[in-house]
Amino acid sequence: MNTTAKDTKSLDNPGTPLITGNQSFHSVTEKISGIVEAKVSPYWYLAITISSLLALVFFGSIGYLVWEGIGIWGVNVPVGWGFAIINFVFWVGIGHAGTLISAILFLMRQRWRTSINRFAEAMTLFAITCALIFPGIHVGRIWAAYWMFPVPNQMGMWPNFRSPLLWDVFAVSTYFTASLLFWYTGLIPDFATLRDRAKTKWKRLIMGILALGWRGGNRQWKHYELAYLILAGISTPLVLSVHSVVSTDFAVSLVPGWHTTIFPPYFVAGAIFSGFAMVMTLGILARKIFGLEDFITVNHLDKMSKIMLVTGMMVGYAYMMEFFIAWYSGNEYELFTFLNRAFGPYAWAYWTMITCNVLVPQLFWFKKVRNSIGALFVISILINIGMWFERFVIVVTSLSRDFLPANWDYYSPTFWDIATFVGSFGLFLTLFLLFVRFVPIISMAEVKGVLPQADPHHTAKEQAKG
Amino acid sequence: MADSNTKELYILAEFESAAALYHAAEKMRDAGCRHFDCHSPFPIHGMDAAMGLERSPLGWIAGLCATFGALGGVALQWYASTIAYPLVISGKPFFSFQAYLPVTFALGVLMAAGASLFGMLGLNRLPQFHHPLFNSERFKRVTDDGFFISAIAVNNAEGDKLQKFLESIGGSNIEVLKD
Repeated sequence: MNTTAKDTKSLDNPGTPLITGNQSFHSVTEKISGIVEAKVSPYWYLAITISSLLALVFFGSIGYLVWEGIGIWGVNVPVGWGFAIINFVFWVGIGHAGTLISAILFLMRQRWRTSINRFAEAMTLFAITCALIFPGIHVGRIWAAYWMFPVPNQMGMWPNFRSPLLWDVFAVSTYFTASLLFWYTGLIPDFATLRDRAKTKWKRLIMGILALGWRGGNRQWKHYELAYLILAGISTPLVLSVHSVVSTDFAVSLVPGWHTTIFPPYFVAGAIFSGFAMVMTLGILARKIFGLEDFITVNHLDKMSKIMLVTGMMVGYAYMMEFFIAWYSGNEYELFTFLNRAFGPYAWAYWTMITCNVLVPQLFWFKKVRNSIGALFVISILINIGMWFERFVIVVTSLSRDFLPANWDYYSPTFWDIATFVGSFGLFLTLFLLFVRFVPIISMAEVKGVLPQADPHHTAKEQAKG
Repeated sequence: MADSNTKELYILAEFESAAALYHAAEKMRDAGCRHFDCHSPFPIHGMDAAMGLERSPLGWIAGLCATFGALGGVALQWYASTIAYPLVISGKPFFSFQAYLPVTFALGVLMAAGASLFGMLGLNRLPQFHHPLFNSERFKRVTDDGFFISAIAVNNAEGDKLQKFLESIGGSNIEVLKD
């Protein structure tokens, strides 16, 4: 091996290395399994202590909600959808990047996805877990939440399938299940790696059960690869439909500012935008903490920034188009709602959203910014703040100023609203920390597959080069 | 060696790279050997053709399940909205099929997703925690950086023949494994 061939070149795009550091199959196994097998660092204990305390705040707040009732929140007439629905849309949106990376980029043969798909998918699962809790507790009497499902009951009562709120139940729970199956399918060969490396009996037993007896034979890979392809193929329309269905919760109503046909694509673009920001935040932390600079390269971060730039501009276009249509439709309620958004009592939230979602991502035009880890980290967090405010603006401004001025009110969250929201990050981070501790955070089988020596015609080519 | 001919023998040979495994698979196929498998840490592009394997039928399974899921979704919504609990909402027809699309789609996807994973496991006869290949210490490297061919022989004579052939096409560290 000569020194000039230091970095392995990607097959589709020679010149940009996908994985750097001249990795062999064995070094990939060592590096990624090493993270799971290493002694637990004290920082991990510190992090999980903080995050699980926050998760406790989350469950405590829910407990108090169940005890006392929805009155502990700031929701009232006319703003009946407050933090719970904002947080639901926020968390579901975050999940979308994981599926985009695992499914859409797979179908488009974007091989750089192999380094980030595993933890992006895990992020999806944990974000949907947080998301599913919010509508569940928002019903108030959570012991009756099962009425949302078509369960035969002694009251002879069935859900109304013409309501978008019910479509949501099916869309989001299908999304969670399909994402879980997809994630597990990808994990089977990696669990087999951990099984074969296990030093202790218990570890071998647990990993052996999870690996289901995987032997890596091509007769198995044949079905496996097709299963993966089908899962990617069905997850692609699924991810586009889920946030579209979420947007119909708003768009099918007659509330000014919600009743627009631009909502489904606008919500999907926003979801991917916010999700990539979250993948970026977590990815930067993971590569720093576990020394994964060779796997999650600056090249990966650069590509993710470009996707955020595109989706951020789609979102910006939607903001503009909403204003245009509000004026062009000649509907005075619609026009008032939008002027009120930008210049009314919630103008501070609106301009926070515009700054974080439209102005800040413009910095991604500069390669210097795209390649600066510190800048990317800060921008990714700003985008998440901006995307949370987008949902706040949509939910609150439209409801707080509805058709009758006598109904108008200013919504503000209570202590419990904020505690539940902040606490949901505790649950998310706790699950994520458990994931990085026990599951390979990068798909070893897939990363090995994009190394040049994985190509069955590799030797011939190398010899020809001399 | 096996005492009776009822137990199959697994002849395991190691190859040094994905390329070597690929070419060995082609030779196995051309020699008319059918009961063998190529083990690798990741799927090797073009290996199905090199081994002479047919396409997986999983697509049909997933497609059928998706169809049943979607039809089941329509049936559920039809039954709930017209027979079990007809609700008049804005004077719309009880069977408002346009509004049933999201749930129908979701149930179709749900069934297809389940069929993909569980169908794949079924076709691969997994979970299978006990297998003669796991008796080999070297075979543990198959999930790290090892490339192997395992061939099944029904008796010792055939096993010897296979061993010689695997050696001749570049296999090393040959092991004979049985249950």
